[in-house]
Amino acid sequence: MKQQIIVSGIGGQGVLLLTRVIAQVAVDRGIPVLTSETHGMAQRGGTVLSTIKVGDFSGPLIRSGQADLGLLLWEANLPVHNSLLKEDGCWVINSANSDSGIRIDAADIARQLGNAVLLNLVLLGVAVREQAIFCTAVDCEKAIRLLAPQKFVEQNLTAFRRGQATP
Amino acid sequence: MTQNIQLLMGNEAIGQGLIEAGCQVAAAYPGTPSTEILQAMIDRRGLALEPLHIEWSLNEKIAFEVALAGSYTSKRSVAVMKQVGLNVAADPFMRTAYIGTAGGMLTIVADDPGPHSSQNEQDTRLFCLQARVPVIDPASPREAKELIGPAYELSEKYQLNIVLRPTTRICHSRQNVATNKPQLLQRRAVFEKNPTRWAATPAFLPALHRQLNATLEKISREPTWQPRLTPGDDNDTRTALVASGIVYSHLVDLLNELGLAKVFDLYQVLMPYPLNPEFVAGLHHDYDRILILEETYPVIELQLAHPGAFGKQSGAVPREGELTPDLIYQALADFIDLEAPPDVPAERRGQRPSLCPGCPHRAAFYSIKKCFPKGIFPSDIGCYTLGMNLGAVDTVHCMGACISQGAGFYQSFRQDGEDFPTVVVTIGDSTFFHAGIPALINAVVQQARIIVVILDNATTAMTGGQPVPHMGIAAGGRPTRTIAIEPLVSACGVDYLEVCDPYDQLRFEHLLKQADDHIRRPDGGVAVLIARHGCVMDPVVRKAQASTIVKILASCIGCGKCTGHFECPALSLDRERKLAVVDVDRCSGCGCCIPVCPVAAIVPQEAP
Repeated sequence: MKQQIIVSGIGGQGVLLLTRVIAQVAVDRGIPVLTSETHGMAQRGGTVLSTIKVGDFSGPLIRSGQADLGLLLWEANLPVHNSLLKEDGCWVINSANSDSGIRIDAADIARQLGNAVLLNLVLLGVAVREQAIFCTAVDCEKAIRLLAPQKFVEQNLTAFRRGQATP
Repeated sequence: MTQNIQLLMGNEAIGQGLIEAGCQVAAAYPGTPSTEILQAMIDRRGLALEPLHIEWSLNEKIAFEVALAGSYTSKRSVAVMKQVGLNVAADPFMRTAYIGTAGGMLTIVADDPGPHSSQNEQDTRLFCLQARVPVIDPASPREAKELIGPAYELSEKYQLNIVLRPTTRICHSRQNVATNKPQLLQRRAVFEKNPTRWAATPAFLPALHRQLNATLEKISREPTWQPRLTPGDDNDTRTALVASGIVYSHLVDLLNELGLAKVFDLYQVLMPYPLNPEFVAGLHHDYDRILILEETYPVIELQLAHPGAFGKQSGAVPREGELTPDLIYQALADFIDLEAPPDVPAERRGQRPSLCPGCPHRAAFYSIKKCFPKGIFPSDIGCYTLGMNLGAVDTVHCMGACISQGAGFYQSFRQDGEDFPTVVVTIGDSTFFHAGIPALINAVVQQARIIVVILDNATTAMTGGQPVPHMGIAAGGRPTRTIAIEPLVSACGVDYLEVCDPYDQLRFEHLLKQADDHIRRPDGGVAVLIARHGCVMDPVVRKAQASTIVKILASCIGCGKCTGHFECPALSLDRERKLAVVDVDRCSGCGCCIPVCPVAAIVPQEAP
């Protein structure tokens, strides 16, 4: 099993938690995993990108045109990171507009749940529903329980389930 | 052996590795990408089998010296910093190469090729070559952790400080990493007095230098640290690939993807300095052509001096920036005559970073710019560098430079005539403690007439909130003495000192003007204004302050003052409707934008 995933957003949107949840699923399944993340200045609201390489890889970065799946939390990043995706790769996009890729107004769902930052797990739910990602719902819920701050575990699980259930 | 597999960030893996190796004295100053190493030790200090002193030192020089003396007592120690932090610690670092250590000492210096979050992309390996300090260049988070124990053994065998140099892509990558039980070393502090060594005067230094050179010869031949060869097939035995650090890992992935694994002889250089002279001679003898891939400067390439080298010196590999897999593909394709890889579209810039919504620095910068539209604004390293988005930061150089630069601006303008521009320096609280205090004394003594605004948000915000001396808390939440800023400033000889919350725009601007009057008085000098408001990333601060989510009235004229001059990321301009728009997901409710609007169209949401 090999899968290369990118998570794109802006600082403060929960890109790091989403990255860790996906990587944790790999660890729980005993699959080697590598990620790279953006820390530092860019986290102050700037564009951030995580890469996740699941399977037998040595380095964490993804070459242009090699990502199988992209989770896009901030739609304006699409032209910035589009070139990383394979020609037949899949985008799951947080967007209120209709256009290419699998789109869902995850921010709106998250807002209904009480916090816009939950959109990260709404998108993961959609990716699982579409079978675009190597993880199952059970895998993800286990990782979310481990990694989300104790107080917000239920809220995060609800966001994930809403993503899965939204048609 | 108890072992389990965890998902660890490179910095966490290093912190875990230090505890497993029995490190007992750890000191650091935070800086991206190195910060989480000490934090990981704080988080895991319960695992340590023996006493463990962890400190956030005031700066890197201090961190290095604390760790150094720890080593003198036979204990294992570590100093942690980012690459430019090594410049601050350069003085003790360079001398330590001659004097040596007793207990194992590591200096972990995180480089930032790119750079992603630094003021340059200097290469610590080259620094080590100049300092004559062995340096280890790990290729993954897992390897960085695995090499810590052997690095301590190397340090103790030769009584030398050893550098471990991870880069951003090691520090901020996560990997499944095996963890082990810490080693029990059972060392008691002993200090064997030996002034000819620990206090060596010039008379003793030639001998120590000679000894260092002899030791480096031996270290270069240590079996553990030799370049690792993955042999190729028999088709092209006169061509080799040489790589180190994370770049080696990128290259391995690329060769696998292209079906070129085990085609060419491939060397991973673990210790780029000192290189074994036999390895160098072997490459000259065995190969006509070698591709050398390393970050960021051509350190291995320079030492190899191979006539058939393809690298940064020869111009075949980019000399600046991060060596991404795309660039490595291009270099490899050129080197072995592959079909050129598809063009990589030029990198596009995404959203630029901004001060957070509600950030007190934004309020301070807005007022500074408003009061002194023609002022000169030296600033410094931290979140507040982003004050440049508001046009209120003109220079950013290195930790603490702003006060001395401000004084230098004043001296230079003042000698041309009586009238001088208002120089408003902005410096964060942590940066002030790090390197601002000597600069402030100097400015006072040299009678500079400048305004110094200390942006006191009660934390080291940029790196994630490490403690600062005026909060009375040390690493891990340990209570300690509180060193307040005000008496320090007064003791530096400053006559004008005021403290104000920059959220209180009227008062803050009044004090700025008063400070300007002060510096222009016949007996005026440096004026210090402390802009005090906690960092809004701290949930306690956010909870404690009133929240006034705003809305925009139809009377908005679309002038762009709140989005441009004030530059709040929660506000944007709808160009078609010529209206400002509030992003309620991002608005922090600080209300600081309300007085910014020239037509009073920004109002609290619950207003009628």
